[in-house]
Amino acid sequence: MIYRLSDNIISTLGFNSKDNYSQIKNGNSGLKLYENRFNLPEPFFASLIDEEEINDRFSSLPKTTNEKYTKLEKLSILSCSDAINLSNINPSSNDVIFVFSTTKGNVELLEENKEFEKERVYLWKSAQVIKNYFHNPNQPIVVTNACISGVAAQLTAFNLLNNHNFKYAIVVGAEVLSKFIISGFQSFKALSMQMCKPFDRDRDGLNLGEGASSIVYKLADNDEVLPKERIEFISGTVRNDANHISGPSRTGEGLFNAISETIKGYDTSKLSFINAHATSTPYNDSMESFAIERGGINNIPVNSLKPYLGHTLGAAGILETIISFHSLIDNTIIKTLNHQNYGVEKSIIVNVSNKESKKPAFIKLISGFGGSNAAIMFEKSGYDKY
Amino acid sequence: MQQLCLKNRDMINIEIKSWCRITNTKVLLNGEELEIPLRENTSWLTNIYKSQKIDYPKYFKMDTLSKAGFLASEIIMRSLNIDPLEPKPKWSIISMNSSSSLETDKNYQQTIQDTNNYFPSPSVFVYTLANIVTGEIAIRNKIMGETLFFVHKDFSPHHLYQYSIDALSNDSIENLLCGWVEDGDNNIDVLMFALKKNTKVNNFNIENIKTIY
Repeated sequence: MIYRLSDNIISTLGFNSKDNYSQIKNGNSGLKLYENRFNLPEPFFASLIDEEEINDRFSSLPKTTNEKYTKLEKLSILSCSDAINLSNINPSSNDVIFVFSTTKGNVELLEENKEFEKERVYLWKSAQVIKNYFHNPNQPIVVTNACISGVAAQLTAFNLLNNHNFKYAIVVGAEVLSKFIISGFQSFKALSMQMCKPFDRDRDGLNLGEGASSIVYKLADNDEVLPKERIEFISGTVRNDANHISGPSRTGEGLFNAISETIKGYDTSKLSFINAHATSTPYNDSMESFAIERGGINNIPVNSLKPYLGHTLGAAGILETIISFHSLIDNTIIKTLNHQNYGVEKSIIVNVSNKESKKPAFIKLISGFGGSNAAIMFEKSGYDKY
Repeated sequence: MQQLCLKNRDMINIEIKSWCRITNTKVLLNGEELEIPLRENTSWLTNIYKSQKIDYPKYFKMDTLSKAGFLASEIIMRSLNIDPLEPKPKWSIISMNSSSSLETDKNYQQTIQDTNNYFPSPSVFVYTLANIVTGEIAIRNKIMGETLFFVHKDFSPHHLYQYSIDALSNDSIENLLCGWVEDGDNNIDVLMFALKKNTKVNNFNIENIKTIY
């Protein structure tokens, strides 16, 4: 059995999970319009973390190596540091493995790189630099699987814990935005110029966001006295649509398969909510409505966190899992901000106000380029209040 | 560094059904070198495509990484007489490399570097995700299990073995295409396996991966 020891989120809304959760619960969004940023010809609506604050906070961390760090690495180290401190584990131990999730890592170094060695643009190099900060002895695992990276990284960590000789996994996801990423999404005409509208009739695209997030997981020992209050991993699955490299299957084939496999044998009446991917592109949200209905879980409230922090790419699967952990403990189903007029093909329940629910479990869905889809499910026990 | 090793548990037999190795100069199928006649003005990978008489026009839209992975998967699936049009819910795909999609990233960067010569294209941008190669192979073969992409500094037989065991430990999955697909600095370096579990033969192990690579 695997359970969560601690977590951290860094975003425009705060530098730890609790601050992020309470901002989101209060309906605050970190998204805004940026003009003339990154030398881009067009403005964009996104959530960017203030670099000065990152540097400020980073300079107050203990200096453990002589390395210089990129923005992505600073965010990742800040995030891991907080999660590790909350968990009380020793990150330099042999039985701890780092699993790093990102789509583009330090890709902005391709535009201009005066400070760092050439290989810094490799994802394995960033992962190495991050785990070296903590003097961890093991080769880090890097998962790069487009938008589902954060969930795929967690599932990879669970395999490492269950099948191999590790006791603790630190799963960290991070993404910083740059001209590279934003121009690409703009070329796809995938970005909305206003706050995104999940599952809405008038949804016209997604917003991008920066973030880092980490979770420390532990594999329970056979004779361990488990903590009374805990969140356990139940199951999770990755499935491909085998349909298109840059668009989902219309009827949600891969996501439906991922849901079915994940909930197989589980009493879904225990599910408090479904945290959807819901990027607010016309295709994604409609596809998800198909998958949720076909999976037979369309009686469960669905929410989207994208209007709060945007799509944080390689961080998203971890960040949204953490917000879901906190809302599960808080007995609250977070509302889907900015959803006004229902507008997806199949019938699902979009949650539009913060609602109380004492049910113990949630399922998180995620989909991305390359036809990949994933579902991951957790259950809490023992918590009285947040 | 801790050696990755499997915990004591019920081991499953895993058989290598077929494997393909592609480098800048050679194509091996189960150890036998394929003859690739070289045409003029044709890239090495496209020479492989043509010599194998593959007919899949989408190939020409792919980036080098996807082409390399696609060709290895195609050679393997043909050697096993597997119909690409047959849906394969019990197959998964795992790929790894060192440079992710860096070659295409560099190409894409050139299209946005200069504000006066700015032409970002979605058809290039989509290949700036390394896992697209697993998507291309999935689409071609209707593979609907897991598709995952990992990055390691160097080819790592231990990790390839570990990810394969993990993928095949899933009760719903019986077959796996797995391997190393690298095109960094225009050096093609591909080793792909088709694996099947619960077979009488049990020849997929770290030593064999090392020998074949």
